[in-house]
Amino acid sequence: MQTTFLREARLKQQIWLDILFRNITRLSAFAVLALLIAIIGSLVIGSLPAIKAFGLNFLYSAEWNPVTDEFGALVPIAGTIATASIALLIAIPVSFGIAIFLTELSPRWLRRPLGTAIELLAGIPSIIYGMWGLFVFAPLFGDHIEPWINKTLGHMSVIGPLFSGPPMGIGILTAGIILAIMVIPFIASVMRDVFDVVPTLLKESAYGLGATTWEVMWNVVLPYTKIGVVGGIMLGLGRALGETMAVTFVIGNAHELSASLLMPGNSISSSLANEFTEAVGELYTSSLIELGLILFFITFVVLSLARFMLHKLGKREGQST
Amino acid sequence: MLTLYARRRLINYLSLGISVLAMAFGLFWLGWILWTLLQNGLPGLSAVVFTQMTPPPGSNGGLLNAIFGSLMMTAVGTLIGTPIGILAGTYLAEFGQRGWLAPITRFINDVLLSAPSIVIGMFIYEIYITRVKHFSGWGGALALSILVIPVVIRTTENMLRLIPNTLREAAAALGAPQWKVINFVTLRAARAGIITGILLAVARISGETAPLLFTALNNQFWNNDMDKPMANLPVVIFQFAMSPYEDWHNLAWAGALLITFSVLTLNIVARVLFRQQATNH
Repeated sequence: MQTTFLREARLKQQIWLDILFRNITRLSAFAVLALLIAIIGSLVIGSLPAIKAFGLNFLYSAEWNPVTDEFGALVPIAGTIATASIALLIAIPVSFGIAIFLTELSPRWLRRPLGTAIELLAGIPSIIYGMWGLFVFAPLFGDHIEPWINKTLGHMSVIGPLFSGPPMGIGILTAGIILAIMVIPFIASVMRDVFDVVPTLLKESAYGLGATTWEVMWNVVLPYTKIGVVGGIMLGLGRALGETMAVTFVIGNAHELSASLLMPGNSISSSLANEFTEAVGELYTSSLIELGLILFFITFVVLSLARFMLHKLGKREGQST
Repeated sequence: MLTLYARRRLINYLSLGISVLAMAFGLFWLGWILWTLLQNGLPGLSAVVFTQMTPPPGSNGGLLNAIFGSLMMTAVGTLIGTPIGILAGTYLAEFGQRGWLAPITRFINDVLLSAPSIVIGMFIYEIYITRVKHFSGWGGALALSILVIPVVIRTTENMLRLIPNTLREAAAALGAPQWKVINFVTLRAARAGIITGILLAVARISGETAPLLFTALNNQFWNNDMDKPMANLPVVIFQFAMSPYEDWHNLAWAGALLITFSVLTLNIVARVLFRQQATNH
């Protein structure tokens, strides 16, 4: 009698422990949700004074004057979009090439070390890219490449204004190139992973029909993994948009709108890194927080799209096997 | 005039050649950056770096206070973030089959994984630094912990999913309650993989600069009080590199070499551990 009672009590205890454990883990999962709400909430509250003062005008005003308390986000937004676009323009074809090399061309024993080496590029801290960019890359780029760009591309009819300007080494173009190096590992590893899930049967049928390696990649593998590839590109874009330290070192930090990519500019993240701790006055701080909110919003949308597309590819993969 | 075959073969060789060049292009930057670091960092890397404080411009000094501050904040950030990450990852893997919370958490976690770290620094500034009204090591550690959580959640969930269900069923068949099954069987089986996640998280935060700019800031002197502004390697490197002084530049390069090679070593160790975990199952 006594023993059955004891056993029942212990069983009940275990049931309670089960419920307790499940709820602790659930609470932690909930903490992530709460974290996101808290981040958005605090940014919105922090930027309220600026939103009240400037309204929608904030988004397309190029004014940035702490003395007269007039602020607009156009220059940093344009700088962010310009640097990220340059980065993608370079990184997409290179990543595609690297992914083809790693999935189709490389000897099997070289695949892992080479893949790891490319991924290590993503491990290098952003500040190191910045330092290397400022002290090593920018001087070389300004002395040797930019004068050449000036001479050739700078004199062309439509795109000329984009590429003419003093060859200083630092500026939007330099920041974009360094961003490209930083996002290549992200895009390349997603591309490699999605290329790896293409059924061998599909590729072998194409080879069997006499297709060359390039034709198999371009006409079979790429269409099959299209959504995943775009997802990977979006992931890279998300990284490029939010990258701070590397850009801060080489973009030049000038609050001016210029048609030339060789001129110094500013991105949202570099404005924040440079000015946030030095900002005095409620409106100044609040405008910077609103910049942060805009950045968070843009990356949130881009990363959501990335996640959505990769998820869709994963789902189709699940159905076909 | 090329025949159809010759043209197709030519296009094939050309594009594959370009793909090899792309690979070389990627490796080229890695090599260049590492070489620059060794070239500029090694001469400045002496015992002084590890034994003296950050100097004022023009005099000798080391990075001791910055190294200590970085280690402290990384450790505290990891200690705060890891338990939450492992628990939430466990929820997603073990209880996440039903309900609305798991898919939403998974989605938000993926977004937070790549969210700009400077915004995280701003967030901690808004909710913590403005309350206590001074920069502090705690603030830096908090900001870093927010970067740890998504990395740990992601790897914990993935690693737990690798554990075969038969293992769980076997434990349950012996009469073990669920919390025991998870804590003593599945989590233990996935241990190497979860450690991988923690190492990756440590690697990620030890190089982060942006979230520390608004939280821990910097401190020129020795400080082991987490409630005061704290020196840390990334911010010191940033300040010293942006300064016009030659001797500060040299120290910045030494610090950069130190950080990069620790981070890359952590990355490689994590990879080796992960491979062990993956081949076990």
